[in-house]
Amino acid sequence: MMARGLARFLVSLLLVAICNAASVSQPISDSHRSAALDVFVPLDGSYKSLEEAYEALRSLEILGIDKKSDLSSGTCENVVKVLGSPSSALKDVFYALSVNGILKCKSGDDVPKDVVSKLQAGAKDAKLLLDFYYSIRGLVLVKEQFSGTDLTLGDAEAIFRSVKALSQSDGRWRYSSNNAESSTFAAGLAFETLAGVISLAPSEIDQSLIQTVKTGILKLFDSLRKYDDGTFYFDGSEGPISTTASVIRGLTSFAASESTGLNLPGDKIVGLAKFFLGVGIPGDAKDFFNQIDALASLEDNRFSVPLILSLPSTVISLTKKEPLKVKVSTVLGSKAPALGVKLAQALNSKGSSVINNQELKFDADSATYFLDSFPKNFDVGKYTFVFEILLDESANEKAYITEAQTKVPIAATGAISIENAEIAVLDSDVGSVESQKKLDLTKDGGVSLSANHLQKLRLSFQLTTPLGLVFKPHQAFLKLKHESQVEHIFLVKTSGKKAELVLDFLGLVEKLYYLSGKYEIQLTIGDASMENSLLSNIGHIELDLPERPEKAPLPPLQPTDPYSRYGPKAEISHIFRIPEKLPAKQLSLIFLGLIVLPFIAFLIGLTRLGVNIKSFPSSVGAATSALLFHGGIGAVLLLYVLFWLKLDLFTTLKALSLLGVFLLFVGHRTLSNLAAASNKLKSA
Amino acid sequence: MVKSTSKDAQDLFRSLHSAYSATPTNLKIIDMYVVFAVFTALIQVAYMALVGSFPFNSFLSGVLSCVGTAVLAVCLRIQVNKENKEFKCKTIVTNLGGIVAMFVIAV
Repeated sequence: MMARGLARFLVSLLLVAICNAASVSQPISDSHRSAALDVFVPLDGSYKSLEEAYEALRSLEILGIDKKSDLSSGTCENVVKVLGSPSSALKDVFYALSVNGILKCKSGDDVPKDVVSKLQAGAKDAKLLLDFYYSIRGLVLVKEQFSGTDLTLGDAEAIFRSVKALSQSDGRWRYSSNNAESSTFAAGLAFETLAGVISLAPSEIDQSLIQTVKTGILKLFDSLRKYDDGTFYFDGSEGPISTTASVIRGLTSFAASESTGLNLPGDKIVGLAKFFLGVGIPGDAKDFFNQIDALASLEDNRFSVPLILSLPSTVISLTKKEPLKVKVSTVLGSKAPALGVKLAQALNSKGSSVINNQELKFDADSATYFLDSFPKNFDVGKYTFVFEILLDESANEKAYITEAQTKVPIAATGAISIENAEIAVLDSDVGSVESQKKLDLTKDGGVSLSANHLQKLRLSFQLTTPLGLVFKPHQAFLKLKHESQVEHIFLVKTSGKKAELVLDFLGLVEKLYYLSGKYEIQLTIGDASMENSLLSNIGHIELDLPERPEKAPLPPLQPTDPYSRYGPKAEISHIFRIPEKLPAKQLSLIFLGLIVLPFIAFLIGLTRLGVNIKSFPSSVGAATSALLFHGGIGAVLLLYVLFWLKLDLFTTLKALSLLGVFLLFVGHRTLSNLAAASNKLKSA
Repeated sequence: MVKSTSKDAQDLFRSLHSAYSATPTNLKIIDMYVVFAVFTALIQVAYMALVGSFPFNSFLSGVLSCVGTAVLAVCLRIQVNKENKEFKCKTIVTNLGGIVAMFVIAV
């Protein structure tokens, strides 16, 4: 799948490239063959369906690419399975037989009898066009591939009539008698089916029936569509390529049977061939198959075989003096019969013809026709060459047909001579020349001029074609580039005999952004017909312009060097917050000691006052509660110390709440004991 | 003149001292506690003046806690002082135990 997607992309690019040069048709070439390998050879060697396998194998067979050994095993298995099973559908049997015809999985005397009987039954009972198509064509394939079978259709005329009944008056056919919608694609299928009936019939079919079919075909040609470049096609719901291919297949198989004697208008056949060649290289497998199959049918048919005139190169170089080569071949690139090619006219851009009725010589080794002598008045430029092919009618077995006239756009290129190139600085008012230098445009000159804003710069040169006529190039630019990379481009106009550019600096001061300094001068002359297009650095000019006023626009910013913009940036050094200056450790410790001093003084004072704990209760119960109370308070103080040192607020609060509840109870008991004790003391 | 002022100062000081000795012991305890708290606060202020107020929170917490406990102790002293007859506290409790309990809770 990946290869197909890639192939489609590449092919669409090729298609675009080819479309630009598609005014001349090219026959099928090696680029088609290499694209076919990408489109038709699956990566894993197997195809999704027998229909796809048939399309791919048939296309490869027509293009002459032999991949049978790689692809045959898996596909042959499938073919044998389908032909062996009694329950296969008619469509599968048909495609299996088609693939078998190419790969030759089963052949010789090994006739699949049940397949034959199924196809015969299908032909008899069919009501839909597709059923008729698959069964009749299947029988034709069986007859071709397996010898020793004597297949004839029982009632050929009846089958012919029932297929014919599906036709319409405008030449198109319906798929079934119930459904009213008709299509041109179905017409192609019907023609193939009828051709099969004729070939399988035991006796001649009635000529009047065949005649009605032929009138129907001519009616169908009324619906032929046309593009402006002379290509014809049939359009339908399946797309132009599929529809036109189906009709061509049908017509060639119908014309192949001797009794029909079909004759089709020759110019329409050439137009149809050009349509298919104009498709280029299709990206889709189905379109590719239809294109190649239709061209193969056109290559070898009974009514007329189209011949294509193509040119490998549409450029004549007057300096190289090589001949112009022309090839004539069939649509698939095979050899054409003996014929003559004539250049009827060579029209130049003004419309007059410079070459008339020139026969081209034939080179048998390369099978090309060439024109090696051009008249003296053949100048550079664009031409339209009109070719005519002269066929030798009597000598051929087949009827060949070509376009009446093939118009080919040709470009003639040559070396243009540049003369009288000079650059000068003029004083504006008087027009006198201050400094003038002759230029040699083939070398990069070191011309050095200087000018101020009151003067003018004049550049002039003459271009002449090899015949001495004045040449006006497509591109003639003068570029002034300032030191600060600001560029300005001016057009050099050709008038009369020479090309001249006058730069009046007084008027250009604002355009040049008032930038004074050194400007590089660069001249570019180019054209499609000019083989020696040039870009030369003429030199420098020092410009002295006045000061920039306030309101004038600034020169545009030049793009910075991409490497400096996308290169690494300066390294960021992180600056962390400078920690606050802390005092010396010893100082802090001294003050810690000092803080403790008042507390010690307090304790000393207490002892001096005679503080005692005499009224500490002595009885056991009261003592314990008092002890617990004081212990609890001590624990709270310890908790404060721990909080300061280590703990966070939440754990502290949790512990504090627990201790608080405990202290509440114990404290209450202690106080009640105290109160009882003091009451006892009071009463006593 | 100097001598008389110094002698006056000395007399003043001695009379104050003797008057103060008459105060009951528990009031003296409270007074000492207040002095202790104030001194602690002063030392912290001196430290801050010396070293700079970088962890300003610490300074504030230290000083204000000392000052706060001093203030509460002074309140206690007012309420507990028997000689203080003008102070008619409209508190819920009038007994000594209640006053002390309030002090403890406030601290």
